[in-house]
Amino acid sequence: MHSRIALLLWVTLGVFGASNLCAAGEPFPSTYRAPTGTPVLIQGATVLTGTGERLDGTDILIADGRIQAVGKGLSAPAGARIVDARTKWVTPGIIDIHSHLGVYASPAVNGLDDGNEATSPVTSNVWAEHSVWPQDPGFETALEGGVTTLQILPGSANLIGGRSVVVKNVQAATYQAMKFPGAAYGLKMACGENPKRVYGEKHQAPSTRMGNVAGYRQAFADAQDYQQQWDKYHRELAEYDKKKAAASAGGPAKKTTDKKDKDAADKELTPPSPPKRDLKLETLAEVMKGNIRVHMHCYRSDEMATMLDVADEFGFKIVAFHHAVEAYKIADRLAEHGVCAAMWADWWGFKMEAFDGVQENLAMVDFPERSCAIVHSDSADGIQRLNQEAAKAMAHGSRVGLTVPPERAIRWLTANPAKSLGLEDRIGTLEVGKAADVVIWNGNPFSVYALAEHVFIDGALKFDRTHPATQPRSDFLLGRHIAEAPL
Amino acid sequence: MKSLCLTALIAALAAHGAAAEEFIIRGAVVHTAAAQGTLKNADVVVRGGMIIAIGPDAGSSGTPNATIVDAKGKELTPGLFGGLTDLGLEEIAAEAQTVDSAANFKSPAWDQQWRPELDVTSAFNPRSFVIPVTRIEGITWTVLAPGAADSIMAGQGSAVVLDGRYDAALTGSRTLFVQMGSAGARMAGGTRAAEYMLLEQAIQEARVAGPAGPGALLHAAGKETLARYLMGGRVVFQVDRAADILSVVKFAERHGMKPVILGGDEAWLVAKDLAKSNVPVILNPLNDLPADFDRLGATLENAARLQRAGVRIAFSSGDTPQARLVRQLAGNAVAHGLPWESALAAITSTPADIFGLGATHGRIAVGRSADLVLWSGDPLEVTTLADQVWIAGHPIDMKSRQTELRDRYVEKLKAHQAR
Repeated sequence: MHSRIALLLWVTLGVFGASNLCAAGEPFPSTYRAPTGTPVLIQGATVLTGTGERLDGTDILIADGRIQAVGKGLSAPAGARIVDARTKWVTPGIIDIHSHLGVYASPAVNGLDDGNEATSPVTSNVWAEHSVWPQDPGFETALEGGVTTLQILPGSANLIGGRSVVVKNVQAATYQAMKFPGAAYGLKMACGENPKRVYGEKHQAPSTRMGNVAGYRQAFADAQDYQQQWDKYHRELAEYDKKKAAASAGGPAKKTTDKKDKDAADKELTPPSPPKRDLKLETLAEVMKGNIRVHMHCYRSDEMATMLDVADEFGFKIVAFHHAVEAYKIADRLAEHGVCAAMWADWWGFKMEAFDGVQENLAMVDFPERSCAIVHSDSADGIQRLNQEAAKAMAHGSRVGLTVPPERAIRWLTANPAKSLGLEDRIGTLEVGKAADVVIWNGNPFSVYALAEHVFIDGALKFDRTHPATQPRSDFLLGRHIAEAPL
Repeated sequence: MKSLCLTALIAALAAHGAAAEEFIIRGAVVHTAAAQGTLKNADVVVRGGMIIAIGPDAGSSGTPNATIVDAKGKELTPGLFGGLTDLGLEEIAAEAQTVDSAANFKSPAWDQQWRPELDVTSAFNPRSFVIPVTRIEGITWTVLAPGAADSIMAGQGSAVVLDGRYDAALTGSRTLFVQMGSAGARMAGGTRAAEYMLLEQAIQEARVAGPAGPGALLHAAGKETLARYLMGGRVVFQVDRAADILSVVKFAERHGMKPVILGGDEAWLVAKDLAKSNVPVILNPLNDLPADFDRLGATLENAARLQRAGVRIAFSSGDTPQARLVRQLAGNAVAHGLPWESALAAITSTPADIFGLGATHGRIAVGRSADLVLWSGDPLEVTTLADQVWIAGHPIDMKSRQTELRDRYVEKLKAHQAR
């Protein structure tokens, strides 16, 4: 339960809060601005709010980029676009916290292969956004599947792969214009086979799982040392500022003529020099301060448990284990720790650490109280059908007595991923004051036949299945119809 | 609950060895994938592993001691085609010691050795962990397709039935596989023109009997094998680009081969030509991204457009551990304009026809193998599960390593949460 106050704060600050942060010196600031659209009244829909409720025959009013009202018989403001949704289902926009769109773009050519900086096992200095190609046609196909927000991560070749970026799924010529204002950075880390294989093949550390763990721990130990240097510097700087202030305050009264005394005083007042910035350790230090959220690729339950201990040792929090194929084996422990598990519905068996996959994973992880089960894609194909992934998991859960109704399952795609991104006060549910990221489906979204008909981002209609000409289209795809036209 | 009853019944049935004798599935919605279409409230009578009668009252013609399976109005389909896979050839793709799906002779482009005589069917392991995982989802057969590793001539494979029998290959389904397009071009020396150059050379060699000469692509056994395919043999060409598809069809026809297109992401662009030549396409209808420059025209409407043009289509994800997802492929094709019956045919009767098995498999019809699946709902819906699968009239134990893992942990979880 997030506080109502926090929610209201966001409503008041809006995107300006984020702009202030940027003004304070964050590099690569977001230039995304919520568009101003006409108000929209969606009437008579079956609404899955994302809070766990299902409201039948319900209206939703969208204006100024936000959900203004949810209820029955709402009246439309002047000039509002009215959508008759009596046979439709409405959900919050879908959030995928594990995407490589833009960094592993289509077409998969060498020139666009920008997802893994596989030159060193710890590359916390790299930022995924610097690899994002905004023209990846995968963004549009994901939008067609109802995806409004996604976290783009570096790949999993490295123990610590770099910073993620959270973007709004809007067409743009720069990633800054997609960047979710005010969203915290994530840090991509990886357990298991990938790092040990990539570096083992290069005959360097790590080549084993124990080498992996040594690698994470040394990196964070180095970051602790780095932080201590900065803490020391800030202490000395504060001391210097205090002395300088005292000196200038007492200066004129205590006229000294002794040159030696003056030199000594000046020497004492030399400002301390700051340590050299280390971009790798800076990111890790921010992780330990709680400003960057750790998203960790981890298949096996034993490795997840190891990583919870590593996080405790260095005082940081893992917000989500991704590809958590064995999360069902420790569902209780994950819920107790408040760690989310991001999962596929049924991927398994393609490597040893994926051998114990079961199709009940999502339903089992969802079962304990305070759980946080998430459906993620890691795929330009899967991201188009996250609703179907959830549907499959619901069916398998139901068969073993873990029935998950649609109003709860939708949280796997909306509220829970929002929570893992720290954006639960802004997106993920259809509550008054939240961003109007809304999907209108042509039926129950947990069906293979369901299609998203309308997708709104911050209240603006970004995808309309009934008007192909208005659908976003990557620069890359222009000209194709000319090349394909018969003579 | 109903499925439990059914499972218990099936277990009892199997214990008495009655399955191979005679049983009647009574009162099902029967999707025959045959000329009869869908029959409501119909019975299917099985004897000796074969379907012997179908129809509203077919059950009454059964022998008095036949076992009855009450379908309670649920939907029955033929056993599904798992696509072109490495089922039984691959346990874990990333672990080379568990993979038998491709031969790599490490021959360089300038000194190639082609081995069309290789047949991966001989490496098939019917006791793979992956097979029960797959068949409890309604997949009763697949086509083993060798991968192309260092030459475009991948070798041969066959259809296999997934009931665990050692002698699993289905007679008449053996097929030759060739990799074309840009993936093939890289193996052939860097241009797709070299694919045709090498194919022409191999065909010339195959046409002359006797031992291979110096610098030849083929050994004597390979010549013999390839020669057979030049007399109307079925050859699957993996290729996506529209221009390549047309070239392959023309080439295959000129040399007496019966081509099948695998991949075909741009096949809709040449649908009319494919229909005219009666060349079928095995595709993944979910491919809609320009994943490479061979597939710029990929679209979710590929399947529907091909069907409308009269092209025979079958579905394959090409994924081995996830072969079970063929139903999801079919359902999505329906969402994007393919008629439901054509989508079912694309995972049952059409692939059976393509691989020469139409007379024995892929349909619920008299005289066909009793490969059947009873579903909890619409067979193409993602929330539907298989209640019971039969292969050659035998009820399959609806368990796998995954269900055992699940059962072990789900009970623990429920007990812990109940505290």
